[in-house]
Amino acid sequence: MQWETVIGLEIHVQLATKTKIFSGASTAFGAAPNTQACAVDLGLPGILPVVNEEAINMAIKFGLGIDADINKVNVFERKNYFYPDLPKGYQTTQLEKPIVGAGHVDITLADGSTKSIRIHHAHLEEDAGKSLHEDFHGMSGIDLNRAGTPLIEIVTEPDLRNAEEAVAFAKKLHSIVTTLGICDGDMSQGSMRFDVNVSVRPKGQQEFGTRTETKNLNSFKFMEAAILKEVERQIDLIEDGGTVIQETRLYNGDTGEARSMRSKEEANDYRYFPCPDLLPVIIDDSRLEKLKTEMPEMPDAKKARFIADFGLSDYDAEILSADQGTANYFEATVHASDDAKLSANWIMGELSRSLNQNSIAISASPVTADMLGGLIKRIKDNTISGKIAKEVFEVLWQGECSTADAVIEKKGLKQVTDTGAIEAMIDDVLANNTQQVENYRVAEEDKRGKMIGFFVGQCMKASKGKANPGMVNQILKQKLDG
Amino acid sequence: MTALSPVEAEPLLYNTTSNRPNPMYDKTIAEQSRALASGEISSVELTQTYLDRIRLFDGDINSFITVTEALALEQAAAADQRRAAGDANAMTGIPVAHKDLFCTQGVKTSCGSKMLDNFIAPYESTVTGKFRDAGAVMLGKTNMDEFAMGSSNENSHYGPVKNPWDKSAIPGGSSGGSAAAVAAQLAAGATGTDTGGSIRQPASHCGITGMKPTYGRVSRWGMVAYASSLDQAGPMTRSAEDAAIMLNTMAGFDNQDSTCLDHEVPDYTATLNDSLEGLTIGLPKEYFAAGLDSEVEQQIRNAIAEYEKLGANVKEVSLPNARLCIPAYYVIAPAEASSNLSRFDGVRFGHRCEDPKDLMDLYIRSRSEGFGEEVKRRIIVGTYALSAGYYDAYYRKAQQIRRLIRDDFLNAFKECDVIMGPNAPTSAFDIGSMSNDPVAMYLSDIYTLSVNLAGLPGLSVPAGMANQRPVGLQIIGQHFDEARLLNIGHRFQQATDWHQKSPALV
Repeated sequence: MQWETVIGLEIHVQLATKTKIFSGASTAFGAAPNTQACAVDLGLPGILPVVNEEAINMAIKFGLGIDADINKVNVFERKNYFYPDLPKGYQTTQLEKPIVGAGHVDITLADGSTKSIRIHHAHLEEDAGKSLHEDFHGMSGIDLNRAGTPLIEIVTEPDLRNAEEAVAFAKKLHSIVTTLGICDGDMSQGSMRFDVNVSVRPKGQQEFGTRTETKNLNSFKFMEAAILKEVERQIDLIEDGGTVIQETRLYNGDTGEARSMRSKEEANDYRYFPCPDLLPVIIDDSRLEKLKTEMPEMPDAKKARFIADFGLSDYDAEILSADQGTANYFEATVHASDDAKLSANWIMGELSRSLNQNSIAISASPVTADMLGGLIKRIKDNTISGKIAKEVFEVLWQGECSTADAVIEKKGLKQVTDTGAIEAMIDDVLANNTQQVENYRVAEEDKRGKMIGFFVGQCMKASKGKANPGMVNQILKQKLDG
Repeated sequence: MTALSPVEAEPLLYNTTSNRPNPMYDKTIAEQSRALASGEISSVELTQTYLDRIRLFDGDINSFITVTEALALEQAAAADQRRAAGDANAMTGIPVAHKDLFCTQGVKTSCGSKMLDNFIAPYESTVTGKFRDAGAVMLGKTNMDEFAMGSSNENSHYGPVKNPWDKSAIPGGSSGGSAAAVAAQLAAGATGTDTGGSIRQPASHCGITGMKPTYGRVSRWGMVAYASSLDQAGPMTRSAEDAAIMLNTMAGFDNQDSTCLDHEVPDYTATLNDSLEGLTIGLPKEYFAAGLDSEVEQQIRNAIAEYEKLGANVKEVSLPNARLCIPAYYVIAPAEASSNLSRFDGVRFGHRCEDPKDLMDLYIRSRSEGFGEEVKRRIIVGTYALSAGYYDAYYRKAQQIRRLIRDDFLNAFKECDVIMGPNAPTSAFDIGSMSNDPVAMYLSDIYTLSVNLAGLPGLSVPAGMANQRPVGLQIIGQHFDEARLLNIGHRFQQATDWHQKSPALV
């Protein structure tokens, strides 16, 4: 039987506010446990919440960024359940009146077509603390630094049909929130966390199969792997005559193991009701208009502009517009080098390889856009070859020099373009390889193309890479064929 | 606390002997403030007098959970210095007591519960902070029904409070300790909180003046929540004038409480003597119906006759949904309480059971051991009312009724300026007489609950005795009409002397 997968996502995005959603404590990551939790975050008796207006603004910007309706009347509700890292015994969240209504996020599929994924809504809420189960000898430690960090929870319609689409969607969402500057996008620190709802159905069937929810996936890779594993599990189960049970599941990205956490029957009754400590937040038109003027260029618009203005391919434009840091870097490199194509190639090639290998964000790259732009300029004016340019890049990356020109000067890498010097070098090479010259000359025309590579290689080696490869090729041909 | 025998005690601590008529503890805050200003007495002397009286009499009355003697004397000395430096206001050096649900930094804040018996608040509530900043002296923290749930002060982990007028009677609740302390002249004034009548009813039962301000008038920051949408702090004093003085200190916007309203705070003492000529008093017919004790009714009608003499007009009004306030309140308040009290889980503060075997055991035993019967009852009721499938039938319906009740008042206020009536169907009942019938106890809140549901201000002033126990007149005003209510209470107290009577303690 042919199976179709149906996926819906719930994504928790930590907002990049300086302070928490209902208190003045800092949201910075990485402090010693419980040092960034004030009386409000600790849920002490008598404390009261006050809404962080910046969190509201960021949620509104998200809504504007996905073309959604912004609800004017916002009500915070309490979701009641007991857990040690939930200090008040309830999470303050939104239910009936979320801040962001229906919208959409458009993704590009592998075949280049575009698919629109509907967003059901997005609501504001506070994050819980963390339970630390290791290192406490049979007990659990509680760190409440994260408690009260503002989140938007984004809920999609079940519009995704496979893991690849889900990943494309997640990456696009990452691109949107980082472009908006409402999230630092650092997945390793939990800034974006995914819950995936997965079901399968026979292809062509209208109604959905029973879904499971796998919670708290914090990388694209883990999300993809968890979906693939769950789809396989569900299909195997059904084909073996079983039925899928509605349940919440956990996936361990490190071991690749998945297990059931609780079934629907064990689910909490959260007893939502409007939080009596908070008045409804009313968003007036002037606030909306002001925020609209603060909106940055969104990834889709940026991509279109990169294609139109810089002549980039769809693929290159998609990658370079995906996050604000990369897009800014690209535009600055183009500005410095005046060559969009080479800038694109270098950023997606050498630069991104080095950044990935060292886990460095593009905004913190040791090779700045100006430095890379200066390097590209020297490729364009034939001062150095592409190959030498990689050496120059490496020196810049190591921080030995601060401009490409300084590296070229210091290391004497300037390309040799003097015809006489190149000719002399070629003569040497041919004189030292008489047998190869003989072979070349008796070879069929269509074999010669490949054979000339040997001589080019020898010449480049002799010049330590500095000879202009185009000229070497041309002169070699003349001499051999001559 | 070891009680001195009356023989050992200095005679000046008694108000039954005539060796010193109208001693300082028998004076109002306004009078004490003038005596402090003139140098007739120092705050240290005044404070010591109250501390001595507490030691003498409170072993029996049980109105205090914690007496902060050293801190009080320290604050009194500071107040005297401040006054000498010319930086005093009406509250500087006045010894007051705070209901034990206001967080007071470094001092136990128990809420009358075993759950918080070990809880030393690490921060100060806005209300107590304002008194501290004004230079008032904190004598201690007063007894109360556990988590403010109760109408008799019998639901306290620290034992019941006795009514100073008759020690077989309850003082009312939940601010019973504050009411009894002021009535017994163990404090010049006290703070209370009122969620469904918890200031007005004990004030009525103890023969003192008590005001519940408009919801949002006084900050709730640092006040341990019972039902957030109903809780409001207010003053409990020996006169309307004193209530005005205390409210001047308490009221005002607080950016730490989102429900606190940014509404101008007038000088509540400035309009106390305004004329009542032409005032229209509405008497809700539903407040004078079956169930009201005839002696209580008589005292209320006498008080209203007094107002007519002062130039007021009286007319009957109707609050047609009044009877629905009890079911509505006993859904909304427990629902909010069930959520507000979830934080008492044995994990971070408060009572924790011995040797929990796992997380669920920790929760169940800590909460079962830490909370008393009435608190558990309301948590269970509230949890039920919010449960899936019941929310619409209970919580949502109760909110709809709440709106009807508010509309009833707003309609009535089209015809009158204020509404008057009793605070409770009877004067104080005997300790133990209703403790096995929670519903009967809930029904006794019938005249006070609506005011909280509608967010209105209410004042209780002493208006006579019924069955040898005090009776208060309840005066209900429109939103933010506190100054008018205090004016109306004060003019009554200029014409009558019920508020000047105090119980004999020996």
